[in-house]
This record gives sequence, structure tokens and C-alpha cells, in this order.
Amino acid sequence: MLLNTLMLALRSIRRNLMRSFLTILGIVIGVSAVITMVTLGNGATLAVQSQISGLGTNLLQVRPGQRMGPGGGGTALPFKESDAEAVASQIGGIAAVAPEARSNATLVASGRNWSSNVIGSTNDWLLTGNWKLASGREFSDAELRGGAAVCLVGETVRRELFAGQAVVGAALRVKQISCEIIGLLASKGQGAFGNDQDDVVLVPIKTLQRRITGNNRVNSLLVSMQDGSDPTRVTAGITQLLRERRKLASTDEDNFNVLDTKQLADTLSGTTKVLTMLLGAVAAVSLLVGGIGIMNIMLVSVTERTREIGLRLAIGALEREVLLQFLIEAVVLAALGGLVGIVIATGASLGLARLMEVPYTFNLSVNVLSFVFSAVIGVVFGYFPARRAARMDPIDALRHE
Amino acid sequence: MSAAPGRPQASSDRSPSGEGASPVSAAPGRPQASSHRSPQGEGIPVDAAPGRPPASADRSPPGGSASVSEPLIRLRGITKVYGQGATALQALKGVNLDIEAGDFVAIMGPSGSGKSTAMNTLGGLDTPTTGEYLFQGLHVETLTRDQRARLRRRYLGFVFQGFNLLARTSAQENVELPLLYRGEAAATRHAMAAKALESVGLKGWEHHTPAELSGGQQQRVAIARAIVTEPAVLLADEPTGNLDTQRSREIMDLLWGLNVNHGITVLMVTHELDMAAYAKRIVRFVDGVVASDERNAHPAGLQSAPASPIPGAGGDAQSPPLQPQEH
Repeated sequence: MLLNTLMLALRSIRRNLMRSFLTILGIVIGVSAVITMVTLGNGATLAVQSQISGLGTNLLQVRPGQRMGPGGGGTALPFKESDAEAVASQIGGIAAVAPEARSNATLVASGRNWSSNVIGSTNDWLLTGNWKLASGREFSDAELRGGAAVCLVGETVRRELFAGQAVVGAALRVKQISCEIIGLLASKGQGAFGNDQDDVVLVPIKTLQRRITGNNRVNSLLVSMQDGSDPTRVTAGITQLLRERRKLASTDEDNFNVLDTKQLADTLSGTTKVLTMLLGAVAAVSLLVGGIGIMNIMLVSVTERTREIGLRLAIGALEREVLLQFLIEAVVLAALGGLVGIVIATGASLGLARLMEVPYTFNLSVNVLSFVFSAVIGVVFGYFPARRAARMDPIDALRHE
Repeated sequence: MSAAPGRPQASSDRSPSGEGASPVSAAPGRPQASSHRSPQGEGIPVDAAPGRPPASADRSPPGGSASVSEPLIRLRGITKVYGQGATALQALKGVNLDIEAGDFVAIMGPSGSGKSTAMNTLGGLDTPTTGEYLFQGLHVETLTRDQRARLRRRYLGFVFQGFNLLARTSAQENVELPLLYRGEAAATRHAMAAKALESVGLKGWEHHTPAELSGGQQQRVAIARAIVTEPAVLLADEPTGNLDTQRSREIMDLLWGLNVNHGITVLMVTHELDMAAYAKRIVRFVDGVVASDERNAHPAGLQSAPASPIPGAGGDAQSPPLQPQEH
């Protein structure tokens, strides 16, 4: 009986192909909107996560000042190089600590200028930032201790100043000093905030302090934790140590902050997820509207087929059989809309993901859920018209013109 | 329409009381009507006599076959009121009617006489306000909606004035529809529908949709749909109302054949005397009651030859005047 009813429903849908198509259009749009939104949202979340993890894994950034973000570190007491050594030697669970001093400088080479970020640090900076060397070598201990005029350059700097030339071994003028390029950093691409991470020149920290900035400030400490370390415990340890070293009374607030990049990643991807859900919810409303469309057409269909219903009842169809017939028709329509919606959503997601440069992943649960939801909409909005059909009086229905 | 062989088996299959019923004993409260109707004993002679000699069977007394008291259908004191209070309309005002298995009854009457309401009640589509409706001894008036649906699906076939075929659906599929609700397997449905279509002379037209068929052919499809379930009773509501005379006669011949050859009891509402002439019995409704109930001594179908004029029709028009019936 169920199979027969299904056949009846399919036949009736085929009989009114154009109207059936218009009926399911709402569901098609709703389902494809939901799936596309969620797929793109998930892609954006993935992109954010991968970009932040590119900053460094298990990375803590320690900065002067009370708040994270721009302006926080400007006036606060900077760190010293010895702070980095103290953290490295006294806190457990740490893989590497890199002191970081920054400056902007105009670079000159081969008669071309380029303004870039100059960072003074140690070889640990490469470790904490997940940097690889494309060619050349790291700093030697002697170069680090003596503040030698050597540097590593990023891909952007190479492209701007040394296009088509050998870069390792060349001379690069950074402000007033000329340094020898000993290595090229492998490209990392765009950062989490759209910044170009490859636009960088790395020199030994002493070189920067003595010969470029002229002070011994350290702008931040980059702490790379060992795998499996508890970030909370490490953060607490660093905080306590630095409070002592910065001679803060127990009533004073911290004049520095420790930022966990993992936490940052979670926060950012959390935001993207909320946005995804919001967009998905808006799209779900269109699904609801699609459901009302189905109800509307089913009501029209029931009215139009009053005589047919009367006949079916007269020849002995039970109330529930008529109910089932129209219910199944509505569900088949809605589910069909869901299927078409999934196909369209897959195409749209692929295209838009490419356009927006976010990764595309087929999200099975969203597809299945949307399909099931559209079928449920068919049941919910098909029930009322179907019940109306089933409750008809066969005599009146047969007389209906 | 030649004589009907094989009739006895069919009827005994169909009705538990197939041995025949005596209208006399069945309707004790209706002396006049029964005396008028007593010679018929339709259920029996048709069942018993394979050859079914035309008039003699009608006139022969019930005789020894009057053993079962229950007719196929028995209406007792049926009333039907539509609406309430001042606007209430009493469509039926106490109808008593017995119908034997194998009978062919034409129900006539002016519009508003209650014939349609009576037909709907007989078809189990409507329930009486008061009164009893016994179908093979079953109290139909007490049945629920679904139970009546099952009764219709099992025992009744319907033919309508407007054919009521499903549009854009082949004749075959239209005929299969009632079988679908009886839960028959696809192969059985196909075979039965094909057989029913063949029996109404539409072999080869199985895959045509109603739009591709003439009115007469459409009504044949509708009849095939009604008889495909091998019902005990065929209820036809003005089956020829939308057809020209020639087509009407063909349909009536078909109904006549079904009645005679297959033992299907036919109840037909009509306002055309020509068509009523095919019936063995004519019941006239006036103002919500049975105004007359008479045997048709010479049913038109017996004159056979569809194309030929039907003398029975003329005779019927001059049949005895209306006889008010007691209730």
C-alpha cells in the first residue's frame, strides 16, 4: 500500500510538472541557502584556524602592557633579554623562548628601496614562529653574541629587492648598517589578520639593539611550549616569574599580558561559528517559507482534486489512506526539493569557496540534516491539507465542480 | 443478450443468503406493496433458473424457495434530515424498501424527491438520521466511516453521471484504482483490470486516457472500474445522464448484461423512462417517500439487439399509475 501510494504521489507530481517545480522552489532555495551558508562558514572557520596555527603551535606571546591589542604595549615597561633567559631556564614545559625587538626600516639593495619590518631575535624565533629556511643558514652563536651584521630575509623582501638574483651572500643595507644575507626564510603567506608575514628581515637581537634602534628594549617574548604542556600552568608560571622580575607588589596589576594563540584561534573561530549559525538560521527561515509554499499548493491541489478525492472515498478508500496519499505527495515534493537544493548548494559552495578563497569541505551532517528537515517540513505542512482531503464528505466531494 | 449461464455459482459466492429470499415474508408490514411485488421473487428465479425465461419468472410464485427471510438490502423507516431548526430539510420521510439479490432496480422521481439521498444511503455514503439499513443483515446505520468504506470497497461498485475518471490516467490505471485500495498485488490488478475492460468492450483501449475516449467509452471505463472488484451491488447514479441516446442504450445493455450474466444487483437512479425500462423493478420517489414500487414485466434489455427500438420503454411509460406505499 505504501509503495502504491508512493507511485500515486510520483504520478501526480509528474502530471503537474511545472507546478511541482514551482512548489518545491522555496524548499530548493531554502536548502541550498542553508547548506551553502554553513559550508562557506565552516570553510572560513577552517581558514582562520589554519592561519592562526601558522603563527606557531603551542605559542604564547608575552607583551608589556595590560591589554592585548594595539596601543597596549607602547608606554609600558618593556622586557629585557634576560627575561627571556629566565623564562627559558626557570619555567617547565617550555620548548623555546625568543625575545623579540621590532623596528621599521627602509632596506636598500641593488639600487632599490623597500620599507619592511626588522626583527631582532635569536634562532629560537624561527622555532616559535614555525619558520623554515628556504636556503642559507641560521645565526651562529658568535654572531648572536657579538651582534654581527648578518640577516635572514623573508620571501617578500627577496622578491622586492633581489628579483632574479642570488640572495644568500648578498649585501643588504638596513638603515645605517650594511649586513650580509645569510639565509632566506621559506614563505608563510598571509597572516591571520591579512598581514604579509614574509615582509620581514631578521637580525640578531644585539645587532638591532645596538646598531639600529639604539636601546635594549625587548618588545615581546615568544614562548613555544612543549607538546602536551598545560597552557594555563605555563601561563601562570610565566606570570609569576615576570611579576617578581618586574618587582610588582602583590596588590599591583600585571603590567604585561600572556596571550595564548590557541585561545586566540578558538575565540576567532568561535566568532566565525556564531556567524555561520546566524546565517544558517536566516537561511532556515527561507526553508520555513518554502514549507508554507508547499502547504499552499497542497491546499490548492486538494481543492482542485476534490472530485478525485470523493471518488476515492466512494470506492472505499479509508480516511487514513487518503491522508497518507496527500501526505506522501507533500513529503515527496519536499524531499525532492531538498535533493535539488543539495545539488545546487554543492555547486554554489564550490564556486563561492573558490571565489572567497576558503577551503571547501563537503559537510555530510549539514546535507543530511537539511534533507531530513525538508522532508519533515513536508510532513508538517502537508498534514493540514491532507487531513482536509481525508475528512471530506464523499457525496459533497463528488458533487464538487 | 442471450440467456445467462453460470449465474447460480456467482450469486451463491456473493451473498450468504443466496438461496433466495421471500419478499412476502420479508415485508410483513407492507401488504399492499408486497402483494404487488409478491410474484417476483427476483433473487430466486434469477438464481435458480439458468435460462431465465423472461416474463414467466417474474410471474411465478416464490414457491419452495422462500426459505430465507433476509433480502440483500432492507431499509426500514429511513429518514434523513439536513440542517437544523427552521432551515432543516427532511429529504427522506420514512422509506421502507427491500431489494433482493440479482434485482435490477431503477429509482426515479423528480428532483428533490429524495432519490439521490436514498441512493447515497444505499451506497453507504450517507447515514440516515433515523431508521435501519440492513445489508445482508448488517446494520449499516451503526457503522463508522471507515467501516462503511470497507463495506463499499468489498460489496459495492459505483457509476456516476459524470464518469469521475482520473484525468491524465490511463483506462487501465483507472480501473485498477479500487483494487489498489483492496491491496491487490500489481499482477493481479493488471489481470483483473484487463478482464474488466474487456468485459465492457474496451479491449485495446487500456492505455488511453479519458481525454482520448468518447463519453460512452469513458462511462464504460467507469463501469469496468465499478465491477472490477466483483461487487454484489452496482450503484449507478444517472449513468446515462451525460450521454446521447445511442450511447445510453449501449451503457444500459451493458448494465443489463452485468445483471443477467454476472448476477450483479443493479440500483440505478435515472429520470429517463427509456433507461428505467431496462430495469426489472421501478421505484418512484416523491417528496421523500416511496410513491410507487412496481415490477417491470418486460424489461427492455430482454428485447436485446442494442440498436433496435425498445418496445418495453413505451409499455413502461404506460405502466400502472402511482401507488402510494404504506410505511
